[in-house]
Amino acid sequence: MPAVQETVERVKRIDVDQYRYGFETQIESDKAPKGLSEDTVRFISEKKNEPAWMLQWRLEAYRRWLTMTEPTWARVDYPKIDFQDLYYYSAPKPKKTINSLDEIDPEILKTYEKLGIPLREVAMLEGVEPKPGEQDPARRKIAVDAVFDSVSVATTFQAELKRAGVIFMPISEAIREHPELVQKYLGSVVPTSDNFYATLNSAVFSDGSFVYVPPGVRCPMELSTYFRINERNTGQFERTLIIADKGSYVSYLEGCTAPQRDENQLHAAVVELVTHDDAEIKYSTVQNWYPGNSEGKGGIYNFVTKRGDCRGNNSKISWTQVETGSAITWKYPSCILRGDNSRGEFYSIAISNGYQQVDSGTKMIHLGKNTSSRIISKGIAAGKSQNTYRGLVTAHRKATGARNFTACDSLLIGDKCGAHTVPYIEAKNSSATFEHEATTSKISEDVLFYCIQRGLSQEEAVGLVVNGFVKDVLQQLPMEFAVEAQKLISISLEGSVG
Amino acid sequence: MALLEVKDLQVRVEEREILHGLTLTVNEGEIHAIMGPNGSGKSTLSHVIAGKPGYEVTGGQILFKGEDLLEMKPEERAAKGVFLAFQYPVEIPGVATMTFLRTALNAQRKARGESEYSTPDFLKKVREVSKSLNIPQDMLKRGVNVGFSGGEKKRNEVLQMALFEPSLCILDEMDSGLDIDALRIAADGVNALHSPKRAMVVITHYQRLLNYIVPDVVHVMSKGRVVKSGGKELALELEASGYAQFEDAA
Repeated sequence: MPAVQETVERVKRIDVDQYRYGFETQIESDKAPKGLSEDTVRFISEKKNEPAWMLQWRLEAYRRWLTMTEPTWARVDYPKIDFQDLYYYSAPKPKKTINSLDEIDPEILKTYEKLGIPLREVAMLEGVEPKPGEQDPARRKIAVDAVFDSVSVATTFQAELKRAGVIFMPISEAIREHPELVQKYLGSVVPTSDNFYATLNSAVFSDGSFVYVPPGVRCPMELSTYFRINERNTGQFERTLIIADKGSYVSYLEGCTAPQRDENQLHAAVVELVTHDDAEIKYSTVQNWYPGNSEGKGGIYNFVTKRGDCRGNNSKISWTQVETGSAITWKYPSCILRGDNSRGEFYSIAISNGYQQVDSGTKMIHLGKNTSSRIISKGIAAGKSQNTYRGLVTAHRKATGARNFTACDSLLIGDKCGAHTVPYIEAKNSSATFEHEATTSKISEDVLFYCIQRGLSQEEAVGLVVNGFVKDVLQQLPMEFAVEAQKLISISLEGSVG
Repeated sequence: MALLEVKDLQVRVEEREILHGLTLTVNEGEIHAIMGPNGSGKSTLSHVIAGKPGYEVTGGQILFKGEDLLEMKPEERAAKGVFLAFQYPVEIPGVATMTFLRTALNAQRKARGESEYSTPDFLKKVREVSKSLNIPQDMLKRGVNVGFSGGEKKRNEVLQMALFEPSLCILDEMDSGLDIDALRIAADGVNALHSPKRAMVVITHYQRLLNYIVPDVVHVMSKGRVVKSGGKELALELEASGYAQFEDAA
């Protein structure tokens, strides 16, 4: 992923002054009125210039959603959400306007500094507004170019991707430019009726990514939303659709290591992956949304439906996630192992601190013959947080020779947090082999003291021990992602001990 | 010059007084042995010097290079040159020994305001040091002490001592769990690190270790006090007559 590094380097070279102008201004009329109704759905569809079939699809989802109720089975506790009290399109950030970097909370700046996020991006992420009267279009253009340095990089990518025949674009564009693909696959893995949040997403999703890799193509680079970081207002309802046609391969990195400080309360994304015969998708996520303050106020509610369909024989889908943010995480990236000999993997690190609540895991649904799956989950609970692994492994009657290996390890830091493991295992044929291992341990005072005696601070010691604990999963991430994830893990555990 | 001065130290653990006014001075370049029966407070002393939590100092003071050691955080003490070789070194799964060594060394250097080692410089240094101690490179790639034999764990302690170059090394029961050969190897390592500027405090039950690491001064501890100090011959005397004679003196 040298391109990302290049982006970061280039961004570093541009000074903050130039950056200040680099924002698109909010246009009032781009806002949908508060609340959710058929009109809201129509408004969104119209804004996106969508064809009629798309609007119909959304409306059906909306009508279905009206008949559904919020699920309550997860081990998370939050006040009732008023769905009429939310913005569903281009929701403006209800944060105060900031005119320069000096006005940003120094604590936040410190975090960015530790993450190695260039200040320009910080200003962007924190929504520093341009000075009035400085919105001369020419200057804006330069500035936008500067901000979008990553985009010019992305454009070079686009040419290369095009040569390979890979389609990588916002899903709103794909709906217009590749309707046949979108119509064929959208909702084919996560149907509009799937669950309360997925259905809501289907009705009001604002944007997201679309990827199509044609037969036999190995995508020449890791696709990343990193260089689409500017689209900070993609909204709470992201929709991602990735299709790997026969014999193709793609690795996709979601989110970015830049902290997405977002005041929006509710995020309900849907991600659908499809692999045909002999194809493989590797999907990696690092999520560090705002987890709420030290008293548990604020923070993102993250209700995500991610599912991959190994539709073809010998296909493979691999999920890797590092979850450190959000007040509430409700997320089960899953694999439907439909094709014979298909393979699903789930590697997860879920860290909770403060008052965070995590209920996350996976579902491996074995339908085809000789399908196999592997689950490695590392949960780390600190502060007053609750961290639950919930996983389903099931083998259909016809899924002869299905195999699963599951290892769930939990690490507790302090004595006010909780770790829970809820495995569901169903085998409907006698030839399935399922293995489940689980451990729960507490970070030992002796281990910490040993590290501290060698010169590490308490926090460095915790970071080191935890990084050792999650090593197996970190190794699954693309190199540069892994390094940043490692830093992120240490940061998210700061103040968790003593 | 006095490196470590422990003056009338009183320490409690959960309301129970373990050290009742312990006094000890260690000068630069000296090797001191602290001997005594179980429960005499030897390990408590080493833990309090290193700053392990859970001990309450109710009286007395500890000066290190003339500074108040008890005012410093344990990691600051490490950076200032206090090294405790543990009786039972812990295992840290998933953290390669090499990573651990570099993280710790750089943390100490940073705390002292020195520049951190770059990866190539560090690798060069650690190779040099491990070679001089006959430590195989593959040990450095394994998780810290994970699956190490008793002897390997102690050699890893000696390696760290060599790498961090502390001015005070406290060896807590270094001989426990070692056979004669492993003990000799570990002791050779320690002896190689002895220098006119570096002092060693060797805590042990048995005289055996002192055949390999020859002390300048031997202290006998009993019931939380130093009850007798003398030359290396004191250790032999103890070996012959046991600790019982000191129980009454305490």
